[in-house]
Amino acid sequence: MESLKDKVAIVGMGCSKFGERWDAGVEDLLVEAATEAFQDAGIGPKEIQAAWIGTVFSGLSAITLSPVALQYIPMTRVENMCATGTEALRAATYAIIAGACDVALAIGVEKLKDAGTTGVKGPAIVGDNPDGTSGIGPGYSAPASFAYMATRYFNDYKLRPEEGKRLLAEIAVKNHHNGSLNPKAHFKNELTVEQVVKAPIVAWPLGLFDCCGVSDGAACAIVTRADMARNFRPDPIYVKALNICVGARQGAIRQDYDFVHIEENVLASRKAYEQAGIKNPRKEISIAEVHDCFTIHEMIVYEDLGFSARGRAQDDINAGFFTLKGDLPVNTDGGLKCFGHPLGASGLRMMYEIYKQLQQKAGPRQVKDPRLGLTHNLGGNAGTGIGSVSIVGNEKG
Amino acid sequence: MAGISAIGSYIPKYRLNLDEVAKFWRIRGLGGEKAVAGYDEDCITMAVAASLDCLSHLEGDVDGLYFATTTNPYREKQGAAIIASAADLKKETRTADFTNSLRSGSIAMRAAVDAVKSSSAKNLMVTISDSRLGAPQGKFEQLLGDGAAAIVIGGDHPVAEIEECYSVFNDFTDVWRTGKDDFPQSAEARFIDVVGYGPTMQDAVGGLMKKCGAGPRDFSRLVFYASGLREHAEMARKLGFEKSQVQDPLFASIGNTGAAASVLMLAAAFEEAMPGERILFASYGDGCDAFALRTTPEITRARTDPTLKTRLAKKTLIDYGKYLNWRNLVPVEASSLPARSEPSLITRWRERKSIAALYGVRCRKCGTPQLHPIGQAIRICAVCQSKDDFEDYKFSDKKGKLFSYAIDQLQPTKNPPGLNGVVDFDGGGRLICELTDYELDKVGIGMPVEMTYRKMSQGQGIVNYFWKAKPVAE
Repeated sequence: MESLKDKVAIVGMGCSKFGERWDAGVEDLLVEAATEAFQDAGIGPKEIQAAWIGTVFSGLSAITLSPVALQYIPMTRVENMCATGTEALRAATYAIIAGACDVALAIGVEKLKDAGTTGVKGPAIVGDNPDGTSGIGPGYSAPASFAYMATRYFNDYKLRPEEGKRLLAEIAVKNHHNGSLNPKAHFKNELTVEQVVKAPIVAWPLGLFDCCGVSDGAACAIVTRADMARNFRPDPIYVKALNICVGARQGAIRQDYDFVHIEENVLASRKAYEQAGIKNPRKEISIAEVHDCFTIHEMIVYEDLGFSARGRAQDDINAGFFTLKGDLPVNTDGGLKCFGHPLGASGLRMMYEIYKQLQQKAGPRQVKDPRLGLTHNLGGNAGTGIGSVSIVGNEKG
Repeated sequence: MAGISAIGSYIPKYRLNLDEVAKFWRIRGLGGEKAVAGYDEDCITMAVAASLDCLSHLEGDVDGLYFATTTNPYREKQGAAIIASAADLKKETRTADFTNSLRSGSIAMRAAVDAVKSSSAKNLMVTISDSRLGAPQGKFEQLLGDGAAAIVIGGDHPVAEIEECYSVFNDFTDVWRTGKDDFPQSAEARFIDVVGYGPTMQDAVGGLMKKCGAGPRDFSRLVFYASGLREHAEMARKLGFEKSQVQDPLFASIGNTGAAASVLMLAAAFEEAMPGERILFASYGDGCDAFALRTTPEITRARTDPTLKTRLAKKTLIDYGKYLNWRNLVPVEASSLPARSEPSLITRWRERKSIAALYGVRCRKCGTPQLHPIGQAIRICAVCQSKDDFEDYKFSDKKGKLFSYAIDQLQPTKNPPGLNGVVDFDGGGRLICELTDYELDKVGIGMPVEMTYRKMSQGQGIVNYFWKAKPVAE
């Protein structure tokens, strides 16, 4: 199998303001993200040769992309739960590598707040068919499906619930601090550990501030052949690895699954490290945007991705290892927690932050001399997952 | 000769204190408690629980299931078939509903006796379940409780022999509900006692004793239906029985459970009875069915746990507000959470085996029992990837342990907060499912659970039943 390392570069990116965009439709979010990406790449829509749009609920087919008015080119809608945005980028990247086109666009969008309900609309359970459910699926919520992990993590690593909740709170506090420095974030407020710990319970042991925002937003990337990248800009970002790993619900079916790790995360990252030639991710990765849909998942991701040893994420949290000033800053833009989580846009929003950071354009959130950045998504939940890990860098090789 | 081969019961765990109801309305209270079906229970789910309890006391299987109730969720669609499929009875099982009368249970029992006597069937199970609703502030609200019983009429190894039956019918309008009524209505109490209930009971019980050539002294126990405690005590006296002979009607602990009431009393009597006792059993409603029973040495089988006595002891009091909400007696604010999509009849049909009795599969190659999380057919083993090499594997009768859980404030439930979790079955297999009938302060990793058939949701007037986990009664 051929390596995709350094064959494709991102030469333009855009990201809409995330949040409760009551006055913006899907079309406004798409145009906002795409316009910024075009300006950033210094090209117009006419130069795009193929496009992929990712959305979970906010449209059917590539016609969803029509507001951007690309003219008679191959376009496809993709969907892969919370990894949808990354899936669009993966498709565009693969098309470039295959030689099917030289310049492609990947865009993700979600307009969750049009549902008019609290929380995320859609099938109650992963993979349930929204048009013909049997009605037998349990009526548990998304927070509950991650609370199983927290319950189990506290139990297995002998953390009293108060201790466990404080550790999780540190993650929410960190992400809110980062988000407060970001004009495009959904929330811009700082939180204290006390506030997080005392927040109303949503699904014990997870409270309100352990859960990410339900937001509207869009994000966009323009990719091209690595050897053409400098024709667009002096500081292109090179794709080192793009890997998606999907299970067969083994964890929901088999008793040997422990609910304190996600196999799909582990395997997606191993493969990505191999593609990118990374031996020690804790040392080699400069910055990471990971899927903090719930604080417990960010904590488990530290371990799944090899940033922390199993059961020892708590030491790194306590040492501030993942803060803006730490050795490996995670979710520098506020993460899903604070920047918001419009499902189809999130993967590309993460990449937008890494891209800006690697170009030294992240303003007050800028980390020092980053070289390699990582994005991670999880579609689904523990036991039924879609793990996705991408790695990009600002230099070839 | 036909006899009773097994008896089973089910009482929901929730109780409403009648003094609380009386205090709320500033009216006279009956005192005591009544049993209340959970928000996710109805007469079908209670009948499934009673049937499974009854079958666990029976050697062999049954040829038929007769379901008796006055509160069938469907006007047109059989309850017995739903219960039979949840109890995983063989497809040749004959099913019938006996409805519209408080006496429907004993009417079904007589039909079963005839079938067994004529050798048309070996064992027939009669399952009786009722969940009648009294209008708030009224006497029925305090009187009526929820419960279910099941009884197998058969020939071999009975716990009690049926020596004689005697029945009368009576077109008497004492209690009624038209098709449009949510609540029962009734005639004046004195009129019912003097003209209807009294003479009808005396007629049937007298007729039975005459047929057996016996008098009240020849029976050690009298088990019979009355609408309430006072009526019960008065009738026992009128029939010439001593207080010591009269079986407790359970009204003070569970209320009047309608069609199920007399058979639940009989279940309690069997748990206490010695071999060779003669029991007079009478059920009332549009007439009366009276039975002369004689216990056999097998009667000690009726004492196997869980008995009715242990079920009565395990209870949780709910407040009146919760009761009103569970029974849809007050309008409540709609949830701002997204509604679940309506179930498809077609997928429910396709997944019927998994829905009805929680069937999964066991891989013939690697031996792993597996249950699909959303009921889809498993064609390829999630463990060893063998294709279509499975045997059916039933999970509804397996116990398990809670591997992890969440106390879920967002779960759609009328008994918040919701609890859902990961259940690992003894012998293999895992299911992420809802829990019910739990005490939150006793929930923890490793908690032993068993499966229970419940209402999940209701759409288009169709009741969607499925299985939830509940703590195993200690």
